[in-house]
Amino acid sequence: MVSDNSSEQPSWHAVIAETLKRNQVTLVTYVPDRVLAPLINRLRADEFFTVVGTTREEEAVGIVAGAWMAGMRGVVLMQTSGFATLPNALASLAVPYQIPVLMIISERGTLGEFNIGQVMVCRTMRPILDSIGVESHTITRRDEVEFIVDRTIKQAVTTQAPAALILSPLLTGGKVL
Amino acid sequence: MNRLDLTRRLVARLDHQEAVIGGIGNTNFDLWAAGQRPQNFYMLGSMGLAVPIGVGVALAQPQRRVFVLEGDGSLLMQLGALSTVAMLAPRNLTIIVMDNGMYQITGAQPTSTAASADIAAIARGAGLSQSSWAGDEQDFERLVERALRHDGPWLIAAHIDGEPSPVQTERDPARIRDRFMRGVGAKQ
Repeated sequence: MVSDNSSEQPSWHAVIAETLKRNQVTLVTYVPDRVLAPLINRLRADEFFTVVGTTREEEAVGIVAGAWMAGMRGVVLMQTSGFATLPNALASLAVPYQIPVLMIISERGTLGEFNIGQVMVCRTMRPILDSIGVESHTITRRDEVEFIVDRTIKQAVTTQAPAALILSPLLTGGKVL
Repeated sequence: MNRLDLTRRLVARLDHQEAVIGGIGNTNFDLWAAGQRPQNFYMLGSMGLAVPIGVGVALAQPQRRVFVLEGDGSLLMQLGALSTVAMLAPRNLTIIVMDNGMYQITGAQPTSTAASADIAAIARGAGLSQSSWAGDEQDFERLVERALRHDGPWLIAAHIDGEPSPVQTERDPARIRDRFMRGVGAKQ
């Protein structure tokens, strides 16, 4: 069960923020999402990060791609439906130019979804990632957050490849009616 | 005015290793034709993302001036990016829009700027107060010079003819990216 209030372990969003920081990921671009709100708010409140809200996910990818080419590491935050707008930007920019665009996607459309549109969109996400050869990991457990985020950033940077981290409702609690 | 001519006039004024992002199609082909500087980035896909890419470069290197060359069709595809530029207000960013009122590369179908849309007015509405039309070639050079000397963000729009580019950019994305990264000092 999701237990952000537990005093024993830091929250998933605290661990992500700390792991981004430890890997010098300083730029954060995002399109808002309810589930990601605690992470977005945490990053916005931390002066270490440059946080930019964009109008579309493609724009967020473009900014992170440009920043990487000029020496600044970044991450794009979005929800499942936002990812569905990205195949062209990934397949014609991030992948062929070998730019390690890191994406953190909160997973809507499964495990109790109430919006049928989100359900259909969710089914497109992993096939798209697989078809363009972008490695992805779904994080379901808080004790795995640090390892998966840390190793994914390191692999993306050293192999110059985009990567996607999907935050399951098992981790975040998701969004319910 | 002519896109290749204006691009050459811009490049001739760059003597501090300014970054230039060439948007998809004829815009980056003419940037290629104007001389292959290591600080040029040529966008071969991802239509509409020249401005966001320029924003990223500008954020990462606030001491370097960044120019984005974009066409009217491409800009119209990602108009929200103008409001993001206005919100961030990067002092080192200039957007140059080559407006021929058409999707030239796909067969010259008209864009909405051929009917009624006004790029500089749209940019001002998005919050980019320093947006203007270049009246002629000399005015274009004057506006570029102002953008080189004073704080942006700037947007310069120019009505151009329908001439396609005489050449095409070498289609080697990994090489383009690597050369650009070394050109702006992000990689040794």
